[in-house]
Amino acid sequence: MPYIPHTEAEVAVMLETIGVSSIEDLFDEIPRDLLIKDLEGVPEALSEQEISRLMRSRDAQDRGALCFIGAGAYEHHIPAPVWDLATRGEFYSAYTPYQAEASQGTLQTIYEYQTMMTSLTGMDVSNASLYDGASALAEAALMSVRANRKSKSRRILLAAGVNHLYARVASAIAGEQGLTFERLQLDAKSGVSDLTALECQDDAPVAVVIQQPSFLGTYEDVDKLTDWAHERGALVVAVVNPTSLAVLRAPGSWGGDGADIACGEGQALGVPLSSGGAYFGIMACKEKIVRQMPGRIVGRTTDLDGNPGFTLTLQAREQHIRRSKATSNICTNQGLMVTAATIYMSLLGPHGLRRVALASQQQTAKLVQMLTALDGVEAAFDAPHFHEAVVRFDRPACSILEALAGKNVLGGLDISVDYPELGNAVLTCATETKTDADLEAYRDALAEVLG
Amino acid sequence: MSELPGDLRYTDEHEWLRQEEDGTVTVGITDHAQNALGDLVYVELPEIGQEVEAGGEMAVVESVKAASDVYAPVGGEVVAVNDSLTDDPERINGDPYGDGWIVRLNPSGGRDSMSPDDYQAFLDQLDD
Repeated sequence: MPYIPHTEAEVAVMLETIGVSSIEDLFDEIPRDLLIKDLEGVPEALSEQEISRLMRSRDAQDRGALCFIGAGAYEHHIPAPVWDLATRGEFYSAYTPYQAEASQGTLQTIYEYQTMMTSLTGMDVSNASLYDGASALAEAALMSVRANRKSKSRRILLAAGVNHLYARVASAIAGEQGLTFERLQLDAKSGVSDLTALECQDDAPVAVVIQQPSFLGTYEDVDKLTDWAHERGALVVAVVNPTSLAVLRAPGSWGGDGADIACGEGQALGVPLSSGGAYFGIMACKEKIVRQMPGRIVGRTTDLDGNPGFTLTLQAREQHIRRSKATSNICTNQGLMVTAATIYMSLLGPHGLRRVALASQQQTAKLVQMLTALDGVEAAFDAPHFHEAVVRFDRPACSILEALAGKNVLGGLDISVDYPELGNAVLTCATETKTDADLEAYRDALAEVLG
Repeated sequence: MSELPGDLRYTDEHEWLRQEEDGTVTVGITDHAQNALGDLVYVELPEIGQEVEAGGEMAVVESVKAASDVYAPVGGEVVAVNDSLTDDPERINGDPYGDGWIVRLNPSGGRDSMSPDDYQAFLDQLDD
């Protein structure tokens, strides 16, 4: 059954009323050479029975293995009430509640989410979420150009530890609008940006992006980078892991003035890995640039009788009103994921989130210690790390990871392509979901593989 | 419909401009424009020293229901902006041709503008 319940007769009447002969004619402003007849790589439609079977077989592939891959998506324990509550009929929607009078509960949930996000990031305002971490960085890059009109530059400077996939997505989206992305060199010894390279920066960029903890799990000198950027009139975009903010200093207090925009992937807050999505993007900023922030924002207000209530606010810059001049034309909010995250954070509280962060950090430290005790394995950096670390092998990482997978251990992510200077390097992660026995299982499997 | 000040010129994007004695041009939006937008909540002003092209986007006026561009009626350098609009954007609603001015430009190139009578005729034709 089609989702749009118009009969053919109704469609014909509507077309006749506006004097158009077919639905296709409504789209005739799209140049013919831009139209694609067939979508390459998109298979034929499947029946419900067929798709259920396919999904079950894929699901089975995801189960059973001990997963030590982080790299932007993290396996955390999700308390049972999170999805029991999130999937209740009152919450179970991905959509934005435009109709305030019928959506007070959903709007309040989003408002609570925004409050939690501003508290974690140390920012003044948060939006109701974006697609995912990578597109949130693209949006933050575009936003920084709108918010920094004093700068003539369209160049975004990335710290060395910004997730390469995020950078590629940001470049694919924002590159079409004239933005260029440049990356600071990695100091291969400490696993953070080589700050001496800052001296070679002749022109000030429009914004500097700092991921903390870095993609490699290390800690950038966020104060120095933030102050360097602000002294040159550049804005600072923080890419953060919300779990880490329970223990690390919030972007709002980086350097003298704090980062201007904070964004990141929200998946770690109660959203399962699910083969890569759906996840949600975080975005928060300083109040003075809130009008350049894309996405929905829920505000608290009072009605005519003086009762408190919630409503979407600052909508005049969104695409349903401002069309092509909107702050974003791909922004959405991930309502259902945000609902889960809000429940997750409510259940854990600041103290619980801190325990998750510390336990994850501790298990990773333990894992690195165990793995590097083996011959042929060494820690890549002599620097502290959060719940992710880079280890280096004495032979190509891909063959080792493959052999480990054969033993039901997903040992980490081969990063030798994005960071060739690090050699046979693997980014590995142990969250609070990994017991000491799990860590030992990884070590024993690796010992067998290395022989 | 309120009376249009006779000493101003007008554009089809509903901006007004006034030639000042020092050679600069003051720009705002017309009473018709503020009325159509409703209560203004925010005005995004250009930077002083910024060069704008005739017909190019120069500022944004935002009400609770819409955010609209203000286009430069003449090209040139921004020499002054009405900073008081930052805290009090409703000045544009209250006094669009006076306290609600938006930008002052040092003009370098022109764009077609209308006399009060022609702009009134233009508005009448929009109403039809």
